[in-house]
This record gives sequence, structure tokens and C-alpha cells, in this order.
Amino acid sequence: MKIFFTVLGAAVAFFLTVAMIGLTDWDRPPLAVQQNGYRGTAMAQVHTREAVAEKKEANLAPAPADPAEPGDDLAGTTYENVQVLKNVSVNEFNRLMVSMTEWVSPEQGCTYCHNTENMADDSLYQKKVARRMLQMTQHLNSDWKDKHTGGAGVTCYTCHRGQPVPANIWFTDPGPNRPGGFTARNNGQNLAKSSVGLASLPYDTLTEYLADKTIDNNVIRVNSTTALPTTKGKPIQDAEKTYGLMIHMSEGLGVNCTFCHNTRAISNWSQSTPQRTTAWHGIRMVRDINGNYLEPLTSTFPPNRLGALGDVPKVNCTTCHNGQSKPLNGAHVVDAYPELAKSTETASATPPATPADPPTMPANPPTMPATPAQPAPAPQ
Amino acid sequence: MAMLSFERKYRIRGGTLVGGDLFDFWVGPFYVGFFGVTTLFFSVLGTALIIYGAALGPTWNIWQINIAPPDLKYGLALAPLQEGGLWQIITFCAVGAFSSWALREVEICRKLGIGYHVPFAFSVAILAYVTLVVVRPLLMGAWGHGFPYGILSHLDWVSNTGYQYLHFHYNPAHMLAVTFFFTTTLALSLHGSLILSSTNPGKGEVVKTPEHEDTFFRDTIGYSIGTLGIHRLGLFLALSAGFWSAVCIVISGPIWTRGWPEWWGWWLNLPVWR
Repeated sequence: MKIFFTVLGAAVAFFLTVAMIGLTDWDRPPLAVQQNGYRGTAMAQVHTREAVAEKKEANLAPAPADPAEPGDDLAGTTYENVQVLKNVSVNEFNRLMVSMTEWVSPEQGCTYCHNTENMADDSLYQKKVARRMLQMTQHLNSDWKDKHTGGAGVTCYTCHRGQPVPANIWFTDPGPNRPGGFTARNNGQNLAKSSVGLASLPYDTLTEYLADKTIDNNVIRVNSTTALPTTKGKPIQDAEKTYGLMIHMSEGLGVNCTFCHNTRAISNWSQSTPQRTTAWHGIRMVRDINGNYLEPLTSTFPPNRLGALGDVPKVNCTTCHNGQSKPLNGAHVVDAYPELAKSTETASATPPATPADPPTMPANPPTMPATPAQPAPAPQ
Repeated sequence: MAMLSFERKYRIRGGTLVGGDLFDFWVGPFYVGFFGVTTLFFSVLGTALIIYGAALGPTWNIWQINIAPPDLKYGLALAPLQEGGLWQIITFCAVGAFSSWALREVEICRKLGIGYHVPFAFSVAILAYVTLVVVRPLLMGAWGHGFPYGILSHLDWVSNTGYQYLHFHYNPAHMLAVTFFFTTTLALSLHGSLILSSTNPGKGEVVKTPEHEDTFFRDTIGYSIGTLGIHRLGLFLALSAGFWSAVCIVISGPIWTRGWPEWWGWWLNLPVWR
């Protein structure tokens, strides 16, 4: 019996070893490493050359449509029921409609949103969603330009990538439904979910941190701001939730923690890279999108487009970034579509959230640092 | 200078690997040998360069002195002296000094007619160092992947290198290495406390023999590995710790560039339940 169990144990160990080596998708040199800190700090983004090339290939921005013929007729006067793009020329308007079809519903065509009997008809929910998404795109390219979207801007393609429903959306994850037994409660963790890169960390941190536009600005920060404790501090569960969110951001952007942080002092802004400021605003931008543009569409979407808890499909960092620190290889996609670059929303529409100004508390970022992060002690 | 009883037998010619009889002499209690000379050369030069590097830097604060490797852009080429070149020469000196010392140990083993356990054990420590500053940088394509020489700066490097893989505690070889390090300290504490207690008996009692020692652990945990066995076990645990440390860092980057938690996808992909 002893021999039997010895052989059994050895066999299991052998097959597991073979499995862990054989089933793993190992990488191999040559690597393409991008340094983003002082030398010797190990602040660097590590990828294989092959992966970088593949990712670049998979994220090519579509060529912009040919420029529209000049014309004076405005879409708002020529067509009925044009609400967002009424001050755009008819030619520009049609060019954008064709591009939107390419970006969002290349297979379904115009009929994905429009009743072809009457193009002005709002009966399809897709059209109502698309109208709100146009306003959102303009909002992102104007009000968030300085803080997050920069000169590159966004178009429908940044998220949609030729699909009516973007690949990287998310819903609140209610977790497994286990009414009893030993694992009736899992505290929302330990499920090897891809939302936290298969770690045991809490897997539904996005609902708290990215879906709530009224959230306290300091809720993600768990490091103390004083050398010695002055209060009880935050529990380790909060630290794990923050860690989960940070893993999502890393995976979404295809970077590691050192893209934004010098981990010797993760919370310290003066030792962080300029990218951290962009990311800080990005978190607020995602909350703005989810809270002010998607959440209000909950009743517009049909039930089959909603999540398990009846929540609206939401965006996170991956939705636009798709594994790259700059979506679509950093292409300036909005340049060819100036009508998407300025906000046309009026007071009658849902008030757009102005990007939250960074509060003046020390926990928050300074204005964009002019120089890269200062190295750890004593560079030569 | 007083000699131990066996030293006369050991202080004989021969057993050298290099240099024949040329360096086969002692200075006071110290054997010299060819590798004693090279050890001295590399360690003096390397230390002097570290002090020179510190003098070029902004601080003499012992904690903050930092001699950093070159920028990644220099790849595997030589860098200007003040931009990582010093680090490269110091690394060369360190590898030279450590290897020389190990080979000097080999020569002494040969003179004493004992096994090579000591140089072998030291070689595992050298292996871990060489893996960090030579093998992994070579595989990753730049000397800049080595760790900086400085008390705090090398710790910062460790922290950031860990976070390059999102959560280093999920690195399987790191798990093994940490486990071996802890087990080493457990074994040492069990063994050390046992020896101290048997060699420091109560007033009026005699020093205890290995029979007492074995009986103590047989009574406590049901098994005693024995006087010789504990040293073999200790060596195995300590060397395994160093070996798996080297493995855990050399696989991080060269053959795994993503977060370590993701690596465990192989478990989810087992054909049994995939």
C-alpha cells in the first residue's frame, strides 16, 4: 500500500510538472524593453519583440475616409431629426455616417441603426444609443482633451473596432450563485478571473471604482500619507481591491506597475512618472463615461444587452486601450473628423460632467510634471 | 604564530590548479596561490572603483550611494564610465574576485585532501549573482537589466523588478526559493538550539553526546536525522534556496514577460476540466 501511494504521488507530481511546463504559453527572447525610469531602477516595460509586433498589427487605426466635398447645406436643415450634428455640412455628415458604419457595423450596414424607410425614425434603440455615443465622443475629444485623450482623440473605432458591441466591455460580476455549502461566501475573491489577471484579488473592483461617478476621490488610495499612523488606516481588504484595479489597468494598457509608479514609494507623486497623471484623469474619465453616458441608457438598451444584474454595459481602460498604452498605436484618429472634436451638447441635454479638477489634497496629482520621474536616491 | 595540529600536514606543496609552485606559499596564516593574487587584484580594483563611483555621486551617505548599470539603450555594449561603465567594470571585478576565491578554496581542499563541498556551496551563491548581473541581462539584451550597487538602490530595483510582473509572489520558482529559505532557517534554528543546549549542560552535569541529541528529536518530532545528516540537509536546503532564487529571476523576463498570476492559467487549462 505504501508503495502504491508513493508511485501514485510520484506519477501525479510528474504529470503536473509536465502540464505546467507544457501548457504554459512561454515567451522567449529577443525582447523589446522600454525603459521609463532612471537607469538601474528597473522601471521598464518588458515585452517580446514578437508580441510588440503582433499587438501593433492588431491595433492599426483605419484609414480616414476621403475628405468631404465642400458644401454649404447644413445637415440640420437638410435632414429631419438631426440633433447632434446639425451644424455639420451635409457632405461631412454623410461622410461621418459612412465612417461610423465602417467603425461600428460594417456587416450590418446602415440598417443596424436606421429604418431605411425613414432614416429620421428613432424606433431602433441602436440609433438612440449612437446619438448619445456621438455626444460622448465629442465630450471626450473636447472636455477631456487636455487631461486624457490628448491630440490623438477617439472615434467610434477606438472602442468598437468594427463590432457593434465593443469586445472589451464589462458588467457587474455578481460572482457564483452558491446559496450554501462550505463556499457560500467568497468575499468576492479567489476565482482566478481575468479581470484581475487570474490573481486571487477581488474580481469586481470595477463596479466600485469605475462605475460610480460620485465616489470619494481618495477611495483608491490605501497608502498612508503620514510616516506614523494617525488613524486606524484602511483595512487590507481595501488594499487588495486597489491592487485588483491596478492589475486591471496594467493588463488593459499592456504595461506593468512601473509604467506609472516607482514602487519604492507607490503613492508618492514626485517619484511617479508623468503617465500616472494621465491615468489618474483616465479613472475619472471612465467614471464620467459610465455614470453620465452609459448608465442613463439603461432603459434604452433591450434586456439582452444588459448584465446579469440588469446593469448597463460599461467601459474600463481596456475598452479603448485594448492592451496598448496608447490606443491604436497612438494614431491621431480624430484629426480627420473635426466634427467629433468639439462638444455640441447644450444645457437641455444631460449635463456633461466637467472633468473633475484634481483636488488640492496631497493625495492628488500635481499638474503634469515637466520632467520624468526623479530617480531613486543618488544618481551619479 | 601557533599552528593547529593538522596544519603541518596541510602546509605542503602541490594541489594547485594554476601557477605551479610560483604562488604556492603562505603569508602569515593565509594561503596565497595564483587565485589569492587574482582575488586580491579584483577585489582591490573593484572596491576602489566603487569608492570612485561614490566620489562622483552626489552623496557619501552610505545608504544612498548608488552605482547604477547603464541605460537600456546601450544594450550589450560598453557604456561611458560615468553612465554605467563603472558598473560594468565593477561587475567584471566582482565576478573575477568571487570566482578566484572559489578556486582558491578548491586548491585548499586539494591540499587538505577533503571534498569540494565548500567551493561547491560558494559556487551556488556565485551562480545566483552571475545570473542576476550577467545571464539575465544577456538574455534580455542589455546590461541595464542588472541591479544597481547601493544599499537602498538595489532594494528599489528588487521592488520594481517584482512589480514588472504585477505580483511576484505568484512566480512558482520564487515560491520554491522562499520556502527553501524559510526551511533553512527552521533547520538551522532546530540544529543550533540543539547543539547549544547539549554543549551547555546544567551545573554539575556533563556535555551531552549525540545519543542525547537524537533522543530529544525522536521524542519531540518522532525522527532525528542525525549528526551528519543535519549538515547534509542544511546544505541541501541552503543551496536549493540559492538555486531557485536564480531560477525565479532568470525566468522573469527572458521566458515570461506578463504578470505572474497569469502564468497559473496552465492549471485552468488542464485537459481534465478545460
